[in-house]
Amino acid sequence: MWGRMRKNACRLLLPLLLLPACAALAQSRGGLEIDIIGGNAAALPIAVVPFGGDCGQTDVGGVVRADLGRSGQFRTLDPANLPERPTEGSAVAYPTWRMLKQDFLLVGRCVSSGGDYRTEYELFDVAKQQRLLGFALTAPGGAMRDVAHQISDAVYEKILGVRGAFWTRIAYVTSTGLGREAKYSLVVADADGFNPRTVVNSSEPLLSPSWSPDGHKLTYVSFEGGNSGIWIQDIATGSREKVTNFRGINGAPSFSPDGTRLAMTLSKGGNPDIYVMDLASKHLTQITNQFSIDTEATWSPDGNSLYFTSDRGGRPQVYQVSASGGSASRVTFDGSYNASPSLSFDGKKLATAQGAGNVYRIALMDRSTGSPRWSMLSPGSLDESPSFAPNGAMVLYAAREGRRGVLYAVSADGRVRQRLVLASGDVREPAWSPFRQK
Amino acid sequence: MKASIPQIARILTIAGLSAFVAVGCAKKVKETPPPSNPVDTTTTAPINDTPRAGAYTPADLDSDACLRQRVVYFDLDQDALKPEFQAIMNCHAKYLRDRPSARLRLEGNADERGSREYNLGLGERRGNAVSSALQANGGSSSQLSVISYGEERPVCTESNEACWSKNRRVELVYSAK
Repeated sequence: MWGRMRKNACRLLLPLLLLPACAALAQSRGGLEIDIIGGNAAALPIAVVPFGGDCGQTDVGGVVRADLGRSGQFRTLDPANLPERPTEGSAVAYPTWRMLKQDFLLVGRCVSSGGDYRTEYELFDVAKQQRLLGFALTAPGGAMRDVAHQISDAVYEKILGVRGAFWTRIAYVTSTGLGREAKYSLVVADADGFNPRTVVNSSEPLLSPSWSPDGHKLTYVSFEGGNSGIWIQDIATGSREKVTNFRGINGAPSFSPDGTRLAMTLSKGGNPDIYVMDLASKHLTQITNQFSIDTEATWSPDGNSLYFTSDRGGRPQVYQVSASGGSASRVTFDGSYNASPSLSFDGKKLATAQGAGNVYRIALMDRSTGSPRWSMLSPGSLDESPSFAPNGAMVLYAAREGRRGVLYAVSADGRVRQRLVLASGDVREPAWSPFRQK
Repeated sequence: MKASIPQIARILTIAGLSAFVAVGCAKKVKETPPPSNPVDTTTTAPINDTPRAGAYTPADLDSDACLRQRVVYFDLDQDALKPEFQAIMNCHAKYLRDRPSARLRLEGNADERGSREYNLGLGERRGNAVSSALQANGGSSSQLSVISYGEERPVCTESNEACWSKNRRVELVYSAK
């Protein structure tokens, strides 16, 4: 009965939802496993006990468990193997959890009142027999997944000392059909793939979504009207504005960290160059001027420089240039092809789509210690569009599987990957949002 | 397998050229008016109303074996026009010369490998290469426009060279005939 309901729910949701969303839903109710590839021996064991009381339609503990497992930093205990199910601190027997070799324990419960739910949770250090967190959040039933993601963020930050990025969103482009029959959509979803919402539909290609720093707007490229144009759209209201409509390519828009400027690629001068537009005045400053393809500019966290793709040296590599223009310097020297740069929030890590022959993988260049160290985050063979989570702990990217595109989220150490598959059609061009404002 | 597309293109090109020659000859045989008449008509009548002898007409776009070829293919990461497509450049440039009101949109495309935005640039380079070739053969820049779709409009979605080679292309689309 329960199984059939779950199956039906998934079948109903499949056209709308990402598959792992259903997998996660199922897992959170003790069924299927979530689609996680690889593992981290150093992951911290944590038991997330199913939350007690009335949490409405949402399995809050299950959402938290899936979040923490997906990060690669935690190893969660299957709820089927829990000998006890405490829902508050007074019921916690530390020896039980020590015997199960758990470092941490999260318990909680919900109380409903007038459509709202009050969720209380407590985090314990098992070895120290100490309560690390004890908080309560109140939200309407429709926002209980948000509550769960915020609990995940708090647990993550308390234990690891790094801000969690579970309560964030992702944008991506989907397409169905082929050639001139193709249909495109720009979708915004929770970081775990739940709650997908289409914000643009088009019969012309859509690409390169990128978030405003406040997370309220998306900029993207749309071919509606017959040529590429750069748009800025308010996600909540749907109101939108076409900011460029030049002859040739209007591509690769990217908000500056303070949100006042937009870096972009325009080929109105004869070939693709990087420009920066002041959004208030619409004034354009040309940043690069080369007989090469210069594109995919992304800002350094301080807003002072731009990283971009250029084939001025023959094949595409990543270069850095001052955000006010001037000469550019080459940044990537590993791999014959490096494109689509994405920077971590501290500017120390750079992810690229790196090509060698017919194999394209997501590569990470770490500059935190002296000379750059490269590592591979994905196996290939046609991986592209890396996008860092706002805390730098994970990278979202697009891959090909058979004839279609899927998304993966991979931990920045490359140890754990999670696959996000759309039931039908292609998924591509992922962009991870900034932190949400509470 | 790799040589199949150029080979087919070459065969089609030869077929196209011979058909073109045949059409040209047939027209000459048909008309053969006294030499003074064409001089009068060209000086008094607008160009569009009376095509000159041997000039293309919009109907030729559907019947002429060379003009019917509207796709030019490229090698990986290349925007150089391959020699086998020169004949197609010649006949479309002639069409543009014969039909000053014709407008041709060159849609550049790339295969799926590499970044989407970079591939937009690559598609534009290919479109520009075709535009240059048409202008070198007498087409006017005012008749030509280039748009790049990058890898966003594949005609084939398998991840192998046979498919990629079909996607690395410029499509010639007449927006006015």
